Amino acid sequence: MEGFLKFFMENRAIIYMVILSIFLGIEVISHVPAILHTPLMSGANAIHGVVIIGAIIVMGHAETTGAMILGFLAVVLGTLNVVGGFVVTDRMLEMFKKKK
Amino acid sequence: MNNLSLFSAGISVLEIVYILASILFILGLKMLSHPLTARRGNFLAAIGMVMAIIATILFHRKDGEPIRNLGFILVAMVIGTIIGWFIAKRVKMTAMPQLVSFFNGMGGAAAALISMMEFPHVSPELIARTGMANGHVLAILLGLVIGSVSWAGSMIAFGKLDGWIGDLRVKAMRYVNITILVFIIGFVVYIMTRDVQASSELTPLVIILFVTAVVYGVLFVMPIGGADMPVVISLLNSFTGMAAAMGGFLYSNQAMLTGGILVGSAGTILTVLMCRAMNRSLLNIIVGVFGGGGQAAASTTGTVKEITVSDAAVLLSYSKKVVIVPGYGLAVAQAQHICHELDKLLDEKGVEVKYAIHPVAGRMPGHMNVLLAEADVPYEQLIESDEINPDLPNTDVVVVIGANDVVNPAAEDDPSSPIYGMPIVKVRDAKNIIVMKRGMGKGYAAIENMLFFNDKTRMLFGDAKTTLQNLVNEVKAL
Repeated sequence: MEGFLKFFMENRAIIYMVILSIFLGIEVISHVPAILHTPLMSGANAIHGVVIIGAIIVMGHAETTGAMILGFLAVVLGTLNVVGGFVVTDRMLEMFKKKK
Repeated sequence: MNNLSLFSAGISVLEIVYILASILFILGLKMLSHPLTARRGNFLAAIGMVMAIIATILFHRKDGEPIRNLGFILVAMVIGTIIGWFIAKRVKMTAMPQLVSFFNGMGGAAAALISMMEFPHVSPELIARTGMANGHVLAILLGLVIGSVSWAGSMIAFGKLDGWIGDLRVKAMRYVNITILVFIIGFVVYIMTRDVQASSELTPLVIILFVTAVVYGVLFVMPIGGADMPVVISLLNSFTGMAAAMGGFLYSNQAMLTGGILVGSAGTILTVLMCRAMNRSLLNIIVGVFGGGGQAAASTTGTVKEITVSDAAVLLSYSKKVVIVPGYGLAVAQAQHICHELDKLLDEKGVEVKYAIHPVAGRMPGHMNVLLAEADVPYEQLIESDEINPDLPNTDVVVVIGANDVVNPAAEDDPSSPIYGMPIVKVRDAKNIIVMKRGMGKGYAAIENMLFFNDKTRMLFGDAKTTLQNLVNEVKAL
């Protein structure tokens, strides 16, 4: 129990942020029309590509060859997620725009 | 300027950029949920991402150490960019859902890899102080498990939608899955309660955990029917968001935290919205009872009546109101352009043509809108099924093109049907129904469709594109 309380006190700023972000995420998209479900999913998919930052950090401090290989792979995959995600979303949305 | 002040100035810039990036992510997501601003929203989020990446490379410090291996990082990013760009630009619009799933899997894999690499490097002081039971280790393990499940699951979903992985439905599977899940949780607890000096001693256990999570990801998606795949992809999408957020905890990285949690919660809500659109319970989907095909479907007595292309052309040309119900069959046949040609022709003849868009027509909510938009069908002509249903009794002809489950009256009539309760386009209310289909095959939910045996229904068999082309020629000739 004491460990838990300590953990809470040490991390309460982050815990606040997490809770607020959860509500924010729900609020931001809860009125989305069904036609935008696919592009929105795709856009959100691109945003979680932010994991690339972690990949860069890991790769930036890798020392052994094994870690370098894994880190390299992580950066490639993360970039795929980011670039592919945004480009595909843009391609979908481009079609909505054409006739206006 | 000494090293220390340079260091803290860089960190401040980094944190400011992260805040800006977070704001751009939030704005981007917000704008993505409105048709007019969606494209700009996507662009804004992308800018935020680029900013966060550049700032990380330039200003990130770990114990005062800058990012090394820059050459390799840049090469990796160039490779990822080229492949990602190429695939995203080249792939057909019909293959969009599996593509989203594929990119999602890549993100999950990246998250899992990060955890794998960070695990042996948990600081010994932290372990001396708290043992393995601390938030840092938990974040690593959760990132590993969620990322791996998301990766494996997304790859299976990708394979299924692409048609090279079938469904695996064994009744016992759900018990197997639950057992594995319990094992994973237990194993995480086991790892966190080990008494060790350095976390690297436990690396073999973490590899076992990784393998188990991958197996779980595969088995989790295997039994889920194709019709539910969008929901699963959306769910896995939010999983990857959570895995990215775990990385955020790990590095106290605000950009990863906000981006990850935002997608985690927005993705979960999107999943729920999709389930609601299909009137499915998330729990049922996950446990995997959809489209078992085991229950005897309503016996199909009755005969199917066909119509010739020329008769169909006459029927359509002399109607006042026509509603087209497009389905995945239309998309697969790449028939959206020729379909639009037909509706323009009819429009010239004074026929009012509308499209009834079921929320899950195609393979994903909104997928059909994207496909029809690609063919230049005006936005105003696309009507959601709830809105068009009251209008259907006044409609002269409904043309169902390659749609099946979304017009299946069993959803209203047959409580034993697996799709019972799903909102449908109430096609049978119309005066005449023409169903274009390749054959008498069943839809994705693998159940019989009584609509085809309805007295008002006329079948027009053949490939959607060829049939529509013939129809267009006939209408022109009239």
